[in-house]
Amino acid sequence: METIGTILQWLIFLGMAFTSILASVLLITRKNPIHSALFLILNFLCVAVIYLLLYSQFIAIIQVLVYAGAIVMLIVFVIMLLDLEEELRSRLKLFYSKVIGSVLAVLFLFGLIYGLVATSPTGKTGSYTAEKMSANVKAVGEALFNQYLFPFEVVSILLVVAIIGAVILSKRKLS
Amino acid sequence: MLVEYFTIGIFIAIAIAFACFAVLASHFLGQRKPSAIKQAPYECGMTTVGSSFRRVPIKYYIIAMLFLIFDIEVVFLYPWAVVFKEYRVFAFVSMAVFLGILILAYIYIWKKGALEWE
Repeated sequence: METIGTILQWLIFLGMAFTSILASVLLITRKNPIHSALFLILNFLCVAVIYLLLYSQFIAIIQVLVYAGAIVMLIVFVIMLLDLEEELRSRLKLFYSKVIGSVLAVLFLFGLIYGLVATSPTGKTGSYTAEKMSANVKAVGEALFNQYLFPFEVVSILLVVAIIGAVILSKRKLS
Repeated sequence: MLVEYFTIGIFIAIAIAFACFAVLASHFLGQRKPSAIKQAPYECGMTTVGSSFRRVPIKYYIIAMLFLIFDIEVVFLYPWAVVFKEYRVFAFVSMAVFLGILILAYIYIWKKGALEWE
């Protein structure tokens, strides 16, 4: 039973990892930005399942609810606000951005490898084992109402500032 | 404990299978007699007027942005709901303060007319 579970977990991980990589490649190669946004959703959902396999339910649910839901919606709105037809037609040659992007991507890859090799990620021992993480959402809630009660209340003020900023910027009368 | 998510997995698998089945079944079972007029793009049964890419007004964006900000609340409401049974009145009061401040912002938006559709 134990081994079947492990194998199943591996299969799900492999499937999700490959799908997310495929979705990312399709995301950056599509010409139609709406298609890119759809592949971004697919990528977010696959990453959410990988979070779940790492025993981080809270992050997984936030990934679906906030990222795949609200953030992608905002991205789609931005796509609709812009006039993309001309850019689609002109088939811009983005040589310099590609060079800069490649350099940054390679640097990021080195950072990831360093993070995986030099520091130890979540493992069998230490303060954050899989067993402790299994009550993840509850732990988040308890930390929120004990240790971080004041910062939690301050967050609401931060959100109010964001709301007022959004309203002032969009309601400004054009002179 | 990941076994608990197995039911969600079955649910997602059935959803994907049903969607694939519906598309494939109509692809194979339905008969198709394509003609030039059938292949033409249309919207609401009419021929399209102008370009399909159109810039939408910024007023849609403010609604989207306000939705995003209020969606962030869910991040806090979810762990709050999980620990609510243990903390009871304390949890209720602290969430009431949190939501109270945000309701003030909501009243501000309302009074400012940001939700008005001019």
